[in-house]
Amino acid sequence: MLRALAAVVVAFAASALVLLVSGARPLPALAALVAGAVGDRFALTDTLLKTCPLLLTGLAVALAFRCGFWNIGAEGQLLMGALAATAVGRTTGAATFPLPLLAALGAATAAGALWATLAALLRVLRGVNEIVATIMLNFIAARLVGWAVHGPLMEAAGRYPQSDPVPTAALLPMVAGRVHLGVALAAALAAVIWALLFRTSVGFRWRVVGDNAQAARVAGFSPERAVLTAMLASGALAGLAGGIEVLGVTGRLFEQFSSGQGYTAIAVALLARLHPAGVTLAALFFGALAAGSGAMQRVAGVSAVFVAIVQAGTLLALLALEASRGRTIAAAEHP
Amino acid sequence: MTADLIALLTTTIALATPLLLAALGELIGERAGILNIGVEGLMLTGAFAGMLGSYATGSPTLGMLAACATALLLGVLFALWVVTLDVDQVVAGVAINLLAVGTTGVLYRAFFGNTGSALTVAAFAPLAIAPGVALLAPLRQPAPVYAALALVPLVWVFLFRTRLGLRLRAAGEAPHAAESVGVNVVAMRFGAVLAGALLAGAAGGYLSLAYSNTFVEGMSAGRGFIALAIVVFGRWQPLGVLAGSLLFGAASAAQFQLQAAGVAVPYHLLLMLPYVLTLVVLAIASRAARGPAALAQRRSLCATAD
Repeated sequence: MLRALAAVVVAFAASALVLLVSGARPLPALAALVAGAVGDRFALTDTLLKTCPLLLTGLAVALAFRCGFWNIGAEGQLLMGALAATAVGRTTGAATFPLPLLAALGAATAAGALWATLAALLRVLRGVNEIVATIMLNFIAARLVGWAVHGPLMEAAGRYPQSDPVPTAALLPMVAGRVHLGVALAAALAAVIWALLFRTSVGFRWRVVGDNAQAARVAGFSPERAVLTAMLASGALAGLAGGIEVLGVTGRLFEQFSSGQGYTAIAVALLARLHPAGVTLAALFFGALAAGSGAMQRVAGVSAVFVAIVQAGTLLALLALEASRGRTIAAAEHP
Repeated sequence: MTADLIALLTTTIALATPLLLAALGELIGERAGILNIGVEGLMLTGAFAGMLGSYATGSPTLGMLAACATALLLGVLFALWVVTLDVDQVVAGVAINLLAVGTTGVLYRAFFGNTGSALTVAAFAPLAIAPGVALLAPLRQPAPVYAALALVPLVWVFLFRTRLGLRLRAAGEAPHAAESVGVNVVAMRFGAVLAGALLAGAAGGYLSLAYSNTFVEGMSAGRGFIALAIVVFGRWQPLGVLAGSLLFGAASAAQFQLQAAGVAVPYHLLLMLPYVLTLVVLAIASRAARGPAALAQRRSLCATAD
């Protein structure tokens, strides 16, 4: 926890340097960032809404990494989830609530799981490096979304590359203001994933395989089966993140749907040392950063991709701190 | 028909070159045991710095130098982390990519964000080889293309016919054994990362100074990751890497040709072609491919009995 905080502080200091080079005044820019993240009720709501997809994809990445599978593909799995939720939500929207909502969420989960399983199968059956495979699947998913919003899912007006709104019967109910039910669902899933990882035999197998696949095989566990099931779960979480984003926030699909949440998820998972409780805190932190960076772009004219620099700085600082203690952040750590 | 083929070949070579440069650099690093998935970010940084250099000086050659030098600096950062600090290579690579996306994005918008007009800089012109002979059009490429092709035998000779190359490969196959016979594994790996960063930077510079004459945010567009796949496809051999680069160059070129020919496949689906091809090729080539034994392993965690 202390080290995570230290890493974040170092990251911010380093990022301020880039702001200086870019000609912006770092202090007002960072003040706008903080105000946009936690300054008022509106900012806090924004932070919660930005946290939700990061929490789910962060859990997805943490789960896969625990099993020794480098899933860099949460981005693509999220996009496939958003695509499926939009398509199913649009087609079933005439039915009574909550059937369309459940169908759309189910479709999102299934689409994410399927996309992740593709990468898992490529590794298990054909020995394909999962890093390259998941990244390629991210690009393919982004092109599929581009095709859908220019083609079959394009709005009837045909003006912009976006879908028509998903009917209300498929949308997530709000719990308070703009905060939708998906936020609560994501928080609950963090607890479920913790229990799955540390209180079930499936989770135990995942962690053993991640620690030492050879030892797992000797103990009679199939590393291949563990990787497949872990990626099913991981992809399901990331797909659900995309579905919830459509059904709770945007209400429709469009080009550039994701601002790279699936990549931020990697920083979230690693900052959290792959622990679900930590993922919740790290997702809140990066969610606040995402909300604040939007405000910073409006107020101080600094591009919102600034967040990527803070993420990179956090990872590098964290790695250096871990190295100085002779430890590794990617290997599983028992609670 | 012939004109189509000539155009296809010309575009293939143009599109293969950045992949070749980046993949040759990655090959050197991987032979020394370092998996650098930050090659995408190094390339993007090179593209941005190259554009900036040419914008400031009006010279594409100086721009290319800026591209290489900036990527080299980022390479020093990566090497400090993965070689000196000996941290996880995948995580550090992810960080390098994020750093590149963020820094180029923030600086590009700060410097050029509100100009409104399209930014163009001085770029490399194609060499005027046998003007008038239509069949030789594919040979009329900017100078960096020839430099990249010349690197293929040079890298081969270096890796497989010099003592330094042998030591570098030893650092990637059996670091502990290499160290016990006096090879400085840290120096080998550090140097290999820097060489790889330099070439990735050149690949980026090629994108903004030869393939085009401008910079666009995210213009590396996954080419760095495709370069990673090409190294596997090429079985960690320079000639194999050349073949892989040409194959992917051809796939991307075919996508443009099909588009131009008005084939009834949606544009966005055509854009998927290189990425789908990467997966198909890896599914076929991965089983037989065997990389350096200590690839992506941290020195401190390598099996001591190698």
